[in-house]
Amino acid sequence: MAPPALAIVDLAKSFDRPAVDDFNLTVEAGSFYALLGPNGAGKTTVLRMVAGLLKPDRGTISVLGIDTAKDPIAAKRAIAWVSDEPMVYDRLTPLEYLEFVAGLWGMEAKAADAAARSLLDWLGLGPHRNERCGGFSKGMLQKVALAGALVHDPRLIILDEPLTGLDAGSARQVKDVLLDKVAAGTTVIMTTHILEVAERMAERIGVIARGRLIAEGTLAELREKSGQAGQTLEDIFLALVAERA
Amino acid sequence: MARPGSLLWFARHELRLAWRDFLAMMTGGKTTRTVWLALGAAVFAVLAHWVAGLLLGPTLAQGLVPDRPTLMLVTGAGLLFFSVMLSQAVESVTRAYYTRADLDLILASPASARKLLAVRAGAIAISTMALSCLLAAPVINVLAFQGGLHWLSAYLVLVALGAFSAGLAMLVTLGLFATLGPKRTRLVAQILAAIIGAGFIIGIQAGAILSYGNLSRLALFQSETLLALAPDPDSPLFWPARAAMGELGPLLAVALVGLGSLAVSIGIAGQSFARHATDAAGLTERSGTRTTDRAFRTASPAQALRRKEWLLLRRDPWLLSQTLMQILYLLPPALLLWLNYGNAAGVFVVIVPVLVMASGQLAGGLAWLAISGEDAHELIATAPISQAMVLRAKIEAVAGAIALVLMPLLLLLALAAPMIAVVTAVFAAIATASSTAIQLWFRAQARRNLFRRRQVSSRIATLAEAFASIMWAGAAALVAAGSPLFFMPAVVALGVLATARAMAPKRG
Repeated sequence: MAPPALAIVDLAKSFDRPAVDDFNLTVEAGSFYALLGPNGAGKTTVLRMVAGLLKPDRGTISVLGIDTAKDPIAAKRAIAWVSDEPMVYDRLTPLEYLEFVAGLWGMEAKAADAAARSLLDWLGLGPHRNERCGGFSKGMLQKVALAGALVHDPRLIILDEPLTGLDAGSARQVKDVLLDKVAAGTTVIMTTHILEVAERMAERIGVIARGRLIAEGTLAELREKSGQAGQTLEDIFLALVAERA
Repeated sequence: MARPGSLLWFARHELRLAWRDFLAMMTGGKTTRTVWLALGAAVFAVLAHWVAGLLLGPTLAQGLVPDRPTLMLVTGAGLLFFSVMLSQAVESVTRAYYTRADLDLILASPASARKLLAVRAGAIAISTMALSCLLAAPVINVLAFQGGLHWLSAYLVLVALGAFSAGLAMLVTLGLFATLGPKRTRLVAQILAAIIGAGFIIGIQAGAILSYGNLSRLALFQSETLLALAPDPDSPLFWPARAAMGELGPLLAVALVGLGSLAVSIGIAGQSFARHATDAAGLTERSGTRTTDRAFRTASPAQALRRKEWLLLRRDPWLLSQTLMQILYLLPPALLLWLNYGNAAGVFVVIVPVLVMASGQLAGGLAWLAISGEDAHELIATAPISQAMVLRAKIEAVAGAIALVLMPLLLLLALAAPMIAVVTAVFAAIATASSTAIQLWFRAQARRNLFRRRQVSSRIATLAEAFASIMWAGAAALVAAGSPLFFMPAVVALGVLATARAMAPKRG
């Protein structure tokens, strides 16, 4: 049996106060998972620990069966991280940026070149591939960052609020790309405050409050757990969070 | 209570921001640091006054009169300060047009942009003159204490020069906007600022080398040739010097010209400030910055990191001007080297510390950009490579850039004096390693465009970097001169490094 894309056991992290505590989560490979929670609930902290950007105080994280503490390099090879602030260099062009990312992931140049051009065309950035990113809009920068995340063909894509600041057209393009990737077998984990997006796109949804996973399942399962049959995800989310407040 | 939107209201707003910025920069919000800083400043002030007393003592004992040699010397010193002030003012004025911060908010409001410019120009003049007054204070105070209180008017001359610099800088910037447009003005102004700042000092050094074969900055102003060409002591060209020496008439004239030129420049620039600032805001990297399409090149992660660093360094116009400044300082030793080619090795000893010091300082800036100034640090942190490899690649990028700058001079030196070249290369490498290590210990993630404020993250790192470079330069000079005392500055440099390491933030 294939290992889950992500398995988190008893994860904990404190800053001035506990940010994540006794957090447990399993995400099956090839699924689209949405992690929801109010501001400061600990969503980003959890995902940053998975991506290797933060060191957990306690607990284990496995990515496709690889323990991130024991073999972080192997785990990182399978992961792509996209934050709400696009990590792009103003003075590089999209093509140069993707060449740099391909180098970091040790890709073969010819394959990386073809993948980069195809991705930029797919995201509507083809005509801008040789322009420096400094003058790009937020949406274009986010798409360049997304192309960087996808160019090395990751098996797990983690996105923290990827739709923040995007116009409707760009948001649709990003959502389509992610759904295509999931259809091709990639696992996508995404945090978002746009509950409608989670409701439409995610197969399973996790709700986090005060650093703990308070509910998890498909939309139907969440409705059942919260006793809110026929309600929208927004109603269920608000009810669940209010219970823990 | 100032009326909102008035000149006074803007001034109070700017003063509050500047004061909080200054406090944060100096203390980092820690009271203990304020105490240490005050103690350090006091010790430095006492030492600086003591050194100034030692240097000026013999001259003052003979008595200073406004004759041609004295006026030339004071004028020369004034021109040195003026070049630094003008350079700083050009850089600050350019920032006033291009830095967005609250500019968009103010320009979008019904408040007067002209008033804002007036306040900001005043602030530029004050900050420009404050630095010069601080640097000149030990000399002026010693002159006033031992030579007479009339020397205190030198402070007023510096104030007038600061105002004149700010006014001139505004007119220069306006001229650049008119001739080159908003896209090129920033880059040209930054390079101009670097050339003005370093160019004058380097020019008189070059003059001293050509005349006397040494690097002394004021030697040229004492040369018989220049004294013979100098105007009559009553000439208005000597008014600033006479004003500094306490003559009331020239002092009033200099103050009037300085402050008047600032007022006139504000009046002229105020008319177009909003328009030029808006034009500057409309600039994007997209216009005209296309690169040619080419296929990807195979690269290991370390190669990819090095290539990226070099590409970004090459494409950073502001950094280009800063680097240019460092390279300009290498020109006088290069000239000395050229003139003395084929002479005995002894003459090259003076070049060694300059090259070592320049390497250390250049390395500090480049290392900050490569190590701390990473715009996509999360991308690199999530890449499947070890942190050690990332750091190694970035250090190699810094070392490569410095080698590129230094290599031509070292090769020239090696032809003339091979052993001196070896000593220079070894100590330049040590100074580079020291500055890079300090930047590594004190690294704090920041955007590259915060390069100007890199000292803010740690005063200790900045001081340690400068002090270690000076000590390595001293050690190199002593080794080149064959002195066994070289170990003294070397031990001090190692002590500085050990202290910096101990004071660096602990990393888990």
